[in-house]
Amino acid sequence: MSPAAFWQIVLELLAAGALSVPFGHYLARVFQDQKTWLDPIVDPIDRAIYRLIGPDAVNQAMDWKGYAGNMLLTNLLMGLLIYAILSWQGHLPWNPLHFADVSPFLAFNTAASFITNTNWQAYGGESTLSLFSQMAAITFPMFASAATGLVAAIAFFRALGPACDKGRNLGNFYRDFVRALTRVFLLPCLFITPILVWAGSPETLAGMVTAHLVQGGIQHIPMGPVADLEVIKHLGTNGGGFFNANSAHPFENPTPLSNVIETLLMMVTPMALVIAFGRMVASPRLARVMYGVMAFMLVVAVSVMVIAEQRGTPLLAHAGLMQHAGFGQMGGNMVGKEVRFGITQSAIFDTVSTAFTTGSVNSLLDSYTPLGGMVALVQMMLNCVFGGDGVGLLNFLMYGLFAVFIAGLMVGRTPEFLGKKIEKREIVLASLALLVHPLIILAPAAWSLMAPYGVNALGNSGSHGLSEVLYAFVSAAANNGSAFAGLNGNTPWYNIVLGLVMLFGRYASIIFMLALGGSLAAKPRVQETIGTLKIDTALFGGFWLATIIVVGALTFLPALVLGPIAEFFALYGHHALSGMGR
Amino acid sequence: MSAAVGHRPEPFEIHRKGTRELVIEAVVDAFRKFRPGVQIRNPVMFIVWLSMFVTLALTFDPGLFGKTTVGAAYDGFVTVILFFTVWFANFAEALAEGRGKAQADSLRQTKTDVTARRIVDDDTFEVIMAGALRKGDRVRVESGEIIPTDGEILEGIASVDESAITGESAPVLKEPGTDIFSTVTGGTRILSDWLVFRVAADPGHTFLDRMIHLVEGARRQKTPNEIALTVLLAVLSLIFVIVVATLKPLAAFLHIDLDVATLVALLVALMPTTIGALLSAIGIAGIDRATRFNVLAMSGRAVEAAGDVQTLILDKTGTITMGNRQATEFVPLPGHSEADVASIALAASWYDTTPEGRSIVALAVARGAKHDPAWERGQGVLFTAETRMSGTDLPDGRKARKGAVAAVARYVQEGFKASAPAELKGAAELVARKGATPLALAIDGDLVGVIGLSDVLKPGMRERFAHMRSLGIKTIMVTGDNPITARVIAEQAGVDDFVAEAKPEDKIRVIRSEQARGRLVAMTGDGTNDAPALAQADVGLAMHSGTVPAKEAANMIDLDSDPTKLIDVVAIGKQLLITRGALTTFSIANDVAKYFAMLPAMFMLALPGVSALNVMRLATPESAVLSALIFNAIIIPILIPLALRGVRFQPTTANRMLARNVLLYGLGGLIVPFIGIKAIDLLLSPFLH
Repeated sequence: MSPAAFWQIVLELLAAGALSVPFGHYLARVFQDQKTWLDPIVDPIDRAIYRLIGPDAVNQAMDWKGYAGNMLLTNLLMGLLIYAILSWQGHLPWNPLHFADVSPFLAFNTAASFITNTNWQAYGGESTLSLFSQMAAITFPMFASAATGLVAAIAFFRALGPACDKGRNLGNFYRDFVRALTRVFLLPCLFITPILVWAGSPETLAGMVTAHLVQGGIQHIPMGPVADLEVIKHLGTNGGGFFNANSAHPFENPTPLSNVIETLLMMVTPMALVIAFGRMVASPRLARVMYGVMAFMLVVAVSVMVIAEQRGTPLLAHAGLMQHAGFGQMGGNMVGKEVRFGITQSAIFDTVSTAFTTGSVNSLLDSYTPLGGMVALVQMMLNCVFGGDGVGLLNFLMYGLFAVFIAGLMVGRTPEFLGKKIEKREIVLASLALLVHPLIILAPAAWSLMAPYGVNALGNSGSHGLSEVLYAFVSAAANNGSAFAGLNGNTPWYNIVLGLVMLFGRYASIIFMLALGGSLAAKPRVQETIGTLKIDTALFGGFWLATIIVVGALTFLPALVLGPIAEFFALYGHHALSGMGR
Repeated sequence: MSAAVGHRPEPFEIHRKGTRELVIEAVVDAFRKFRPGVQIRNPVMFIVWLSMFVTLALTFDPGLFGKTTVGAAYDGFVTVILFFTVWFANFAEALAEGRGKAQADSLRQTKTDVTARRIVDDDTFEVIMAGALRKGDRVRVESGEIIPTDGEILEGIASVDESAITGESAPVLKEPGTDIFSTVTGGTRILSDWLVFRVAADPGHTFLDRMIHLVEGARRQKTPNEIALTVLLAVLSLIFVIVVATLKPLAAFLHIDLDVATLVALLVALMPTTIGALLSAIGIAGIDRATRFNVLAMSGRAVEAAGDVQTLILDKTGTITMGNRQATEFVPLPGHSEADVASIALAASWYDTTPEGRSIVALAVARGAKHDPAWERGQGVLFTAETRMSGTDLPDGRKARKGAVAAVARYVQEGFKASAPAELKGAAELVARKGATPLALAIDGDLVGVIGLSDVLKPGMRERFAHMRSLGIKTIMVTGDNPITARVIAEQAGVDDFVAEAKPEDKIRVIRSEQARGRLVAMTGDGTNDAPALAQADVGLAMHSGTVPAKEAANMIDLDSDPTKLIDVVAIGKQLLITRGALTTFSIANDVAKYFAMLPAMFMLALPGVSALNVMRLATPESAVLSALIFNAIIIPILIPLALRGVRFQPTTANRMLARNVLLYGLGGLIVPFIGIKAIDLLLSPFLH
């Protein structure tokens, strides 16, 4: 790794870390109904919204079923709304380029994609969607889905928190949802959107500009309300672009500065949520251990990706191309990367985007080296290297439950997590949550590779083709939404199946985890003694990490061997692992 | 405590079959357990069992699932290894059950063909089979007979040999009216005299029946934690079924034809078969360990709960202390030497036959006091509740007295018009502060000194409580003593807390308040008034010598009637859970090495680069797959002794325990299979060509 790359990684991670601490404390205050300095401004807005919803609905205490039920209902209605807007966009306003209605399969896929915080895009934004659709069917669910994920995690924290001893009350979904929208997601958008506009992002209702080119001829350049979308796209770990090229497009991500801002925005909420978890369950030490484990995975991932890309490919070396970094020369594998970002800023962005399951990309993953592409895949397979807003931490806690179960036995006690006994019901629910991920990735991927309608959509054969299909389902299941490219996802088969995978990947895991929370909340708390397993130690953090690697990652090893690992060894031969430290 | 686990003499030794016999029986039983009805109870092994039939079918028709590159011999070899994998698991369970079965057989012998004399009315009785007795019947038993069923004694006094149940050969005296020692157990033998008792249990529900069911494991139900672990292992297995089933089409996309036998081998190797095979044996062996300690757990759940206990409630008398007060010191009052005190104490106690009196004699002799033969002509004065004194009227007319301090002081004042010296109060308090009971000693009007009587701690209790503390277990002593004495004993024994001047109902109050604080509580008891507390406690250990209500309320019974066993039971429970966790960790960690053996083997022909992952440098793909599968099978019998014995358990903090077990079974589980698979490959590969 070059020194410049090293320092960029260190500084960006430190900056995100520094931001996450106060933001985490702020999140904890918001969801514990404590005072914040924003209250005088936001309280009246909240009250107005509460009046609209109805005071009964916002004040009632909800058990896990009530919480999950209202969440699902709200999400279903929003999903239908998105579907309707897309299906009738031709008849709706703000359609300056006169785009036609979106086809049913694509509309279903897109509605499922955006309501589940996935933001998989089987279409090109600038050539398919009206400005109204971009705002009402894309930007709006970006707020709503991020808030949904966030409050699901918050409800789970409450279940584990000190207030819940033999209790059932996980809070009120509507109240949490409104507070998440107004206090967590909308406010930063107001402040950061102007910065992106200043950097060069458009924020307009004009459909396009027409440019008269120097060499003659004219070019129509589509634009629209881009800058605000960019903020929530990253802050809400959404990832869906206004344009097909996503954050590689100069309007979405104009400069290296905007690139850094977007990278930090992706990281800050999931990181802060760990801090908020520590406050809400009254165990900041545990939160530090969890933060450390996730940060460790992230550092390893970003390092491998940067090193792999800087190393370049032997095929180009054989062709006589210089791939070493030098003056005015970035070196390494620049295929599919923007010159204004270079290898390091591209690799950091895409690592963060797959770790925090945002799915936004500023460079083409299909053109990454096999190892670089594999890092992206593995992070989404784990789905808990911080992960998306709320759900990433829930996944991490699910692995923690297994780690506690096994380690707890090893200290001679029936296992307990934060003083709550883990018994059959908890293991059943956590196991179901664990089972969903490999099932909805491997089964449809295998099916797609057997069926002609699956294979025909591929851009490549062999290991790389396998990686493309695998990536699509991993991305959908992890609600990431980034694409490896090379796969034409806009076919009935992929639109429907990927849509279903996104829905299962999102709601199955949230429902199981909320049920788990409800089950833990209802249990009496066992007093902690020195005979109790300490889970806020580095030792247990290591065990937690090992559980994630062995249970989470090894499940996918056979598929990875056939895809990126085979490709890696084919490309580098027996020298595959030499010179990695460079 | 670690040394205590498993080293006690085994009460059933005489009835017990030799290890050889047990192994032979288990070998046969392991074949019987191939029945689907048995297999389906263990999801992990059930999948292996099913897989075996798949490869068996392939052995006869290798082309069953399409074209194949391997022959019937390979399929056959895989089938044989899978057969042994299942057989080893069956063997482990059969071996664990075998011990219990042998015990049950010997218990059953004691209850066959017993007749009973049922009392019809006051003068007549009828002889019927023991099985016809019902609760409430009255039965008479006489010397030499086997007691037909459980009951409460109404009349008579007799010595009873309970060795069939407890293994303790010394006879026990039974009589009515005492809270304990008034119950008889079916299957025990009356050695002398006769008893009339009321039947306390219907057939099938006697203590012996429960014991047989329990040790036999016939109706053994999985414990809650075992069920949870079974679910986890089943789901992990299901995930690997998905992984392996989807691998075939994924590979087919790359034009790689994976053999079904190899896929089956991969599935079986990846599934947590090691813990799956040993899980049931671990549970049975855990209960068996308790039984060998002569503690009868009413369910496996109770043994498991014992590992969780955070508070132990212990009676002072009989549990922490020997239960009889003994003279431990002489404190002379001004004008007297310790030798004077010893000499007069000896005189005052010469006719005292109580244990306390004997202990004063012993202490006095130890301090050099000499017995005067003239005392033989003296007169012993017995203790009465009125005088609260005892002593000796010596032949020379002097009166030696010892007794409660106030009583003796009044005696010298009223009898001899002498006032007690001011120092008496101080000396008595000095003794009381040490937790001892002071007795004043006087000869005529002369107060000579104070005798200290102390309750003596059982040896080793302090160390045991220190161990408990290091495990995070709080010990609470309950005693009827005054707070001063209680405090001293509590400090000497090193218990964390005590309840003084306790009434029987205080126990249940203490249990409830501990439970309200989220702690799991264990206690021992024997009397009927202990029954509610025994039922309230998370772990209640009743003494076998105790009453029927106490035994019914408890979830464990100690056949030796030794309350300190509670401490051992906690260790047994912990050891059971640790063994489960350690083998689960080991089993899952093994997967890493198995991946490195099998994945390159499966793909290196089609994707040559992948052979770089063959870090063990295994000879051929076939050898690699078979070596991993063989390792997966033989690790089961290798770990059977560990599963049955339990992993080593040392009382220490949870953190240290975790560090040790993660290092041993986690890291060990990571490394051992690399070595094992390579070794098997070296042995196997020459034969594969």
